[in-house]
Amino acid sequence: MEAFIPAAPLFVVFIGAIIGVAMEGAVPRLHRPTIQSWWTALVIVAALGWTAVDWNRGQGTLSAKASLAIDGPTWAAWVLLLFFGLLSLLLFADHRVGGGESPFVASASAVPASQAERDAIAARQEQTEVYPLLLFSLTGMMSFIAANDMITMFVSLEIFSFPLYILASLARRRRLLSQEAALKYFLLGALSSALFLYGLALLYGFSGSFFLRDIDSSITSGAGSEPLLLAGMGLVSVGILFKLGAVPFHNWVPDVYTGSPTPVTGFMAICTKLAAAVGLLRILYVALGAMRWDWQLYVAVIAVLTMLAGGLIGLMQTDVKRLMAYSSIAHAGFILTGVVGATTVISGLAEGRIGSVASVLFYLAAYGLPTLGTFAIIALVRRSGAESSGFDAWAGLGRRRPVLGVAMTIFLLSMAGMPLTGGLIAKIMVFAAAWQGHYQWLVVVAVVASLVTAGFYFRVIWVLFGEAPSEQTAVVQPGAGTWTVIWTGIIGTFVLGVCPGPLLEVLNNAAVFLR
Amino acid sequence: MDPNAYLILSAILFTIGVVGFLTRRNALIAFMSAELMLNASNLAMVTFSHVTGNLYGQVGAFFVMVVAAAEVVVGLAIIMIIFKTRRSASVDDQSQLKY
Repeated sequence: MEAFIPAAPLFVVFIGAIIGVAMEGAVPRLHRPTIQSWWTALVIVAALGWTAVDWNRGQGTLSAKASLAIDGPTWAAWVLLLFFGLLSLLLFADHRVGGGESPFVASASAVPASQAERDAIAARQEQTEVYPLLLFSLTGMMSFIAANDMITMFVSLEIFSFPLYILASLARRRRLLSQEAALKYFLLGALSSALFLYGLALLYGFSGSFFLRDIDSSITSGAGSEPLLLAGMGLVSVGILFKLGAVPFHNWVPDVYTGSPTPVTGFMAICTKLAAAVGLLRILYVALGAMRWDWQLYVAVIAVLTMLAGGLIGLMQTDVKRLMAYSSIAHAGFILTGVVGATTVISGLAEGRIGSVASVLFYLAAYGLPTLGTFAIIALVRRSGAESSGFDAWAGLGRRRPVLGVAMTIFLLSMAGMPLTGGLIAKIMVFAAAWQGHYQWLVVVAVVASLVTAGFYFRVIWVLFGEAPSEQTAVVQPGAGTWTVIWTGIIGTFVLGVCPGPLLEVLNNAAVFLR
Repeated sequence: MDPNAYLILSAILFTIGVVGFLTRRNALIAFMSAELMLNASNLAMVTFSHVTGNLYGQVGAFFVMVVAAAEVVVGLAIIMIIFKTRRSASVDDQSQLKY
């Protein structure tokens, strides 16, 4: 039993989710939304607190028969993940934005525009299962981050994906789009996890073990067949790059981000990316660290494609939500830039310098805050009750609602990497990690790509302030949850931009993977 | 037994899965192809388990079976609701989201 205690925050979230499911049957229907959302918040805060205490106490351990590595990067990523999960929950639970209705469908099984659906809406039904689904997804992400063997990694990947497939289909308005998004996400997700699994089987054939450290020692000792290793490495990385949304495995991102309910899009945009990025770091650095001369170039090419495709296709968009999807693809490219450098203690990083792991974690923190804030604002702009994210609907928003306009501008500037925002520091950090890893050409390409992406962010700012306000569009009053997300985003962005030192130092102290 | 025969069979099954997924237009068939890919991986893992002489691969295959069962539940629910809404399970008809 004691072996599981270091992984306690994971089990807190998991048991909390199971109790959430039980409450679906036990709690009267009208009280369920309130009780479920408070319960979920309590569970996340408890797990967050437990993680922070454990992290503060120091030494990492291998838990659950060495299947979970509870080490510095795990704790740091868990804290970030639970923090962003809590902010997403605030968006999930905000009923004020929808005029007293939840952002989720009244009855998921009712056919859109049928009598059954009208009855469900009239009876004020609500799909409160979204809260346990959020917790289940967080459980999967937490164990994916900590996973120290390939089978745990595969199972966690699926645990965090399944709830997301369902959440994607639950939008209250424009349900056909939402269901289509869910189908696309599900089918392509199933394909990518099957590729991941076959790669895993090949790596097992190569090393005779699922543990990451055994794969590493097989590579170092030179035993095993090289083709199995290379094919396995390729297929496994495809599975994770898909979840990260890197080109050429990005096709699902724009459709799924556009069709899903906006709070779920926000959750996917940061939390899925965080889990995938840390999982990729762990596989590449721990299991395949000795192969880095082989995978660095491959990941660098993918990073270039991702940044440029995300930036250039993003320039052509005329819909804010879809543009944010391409922005998230471009950011996946910047994250990969930090991964490519592979500057860790093992590859000769000097004591006290910021390496790849810390820079990627910092990037995710600085990217998550404005991203969630942006999706909080996207949910507010409506035309006849439904969300409207086209540029025509957004025209002149900043003139009509200066506070929201300025908040959106700050978020966009941070994502573009302007001074005084966290986005700039984050970009400098990942570029420095790539530079130290002798990938100078990649840094040059990444700087060009960040100029391209800045182009479409400035285009949105022009739409916000430069164009005449649109008449048919209503901007609804945000509820307390949405305001909290927006203000946290603004304050966090400036704090990370003006004094990034403390967070960087904390992340850097937690940057070594346990084997 | 010759492990290579099993590995080749597993590779063939996996390829059939990939080709089926990419060419068939019905969401159910595409999904079945993805399941075939999972089972091809199972066969590879069990074969490698036999070759290396430890049980990790066989245990892994059980985990994969459980995951595949859960995937069926989620996937069929999504395909069902799409079919109820649109009276079609063809992936070509799902084209309202475009750039």
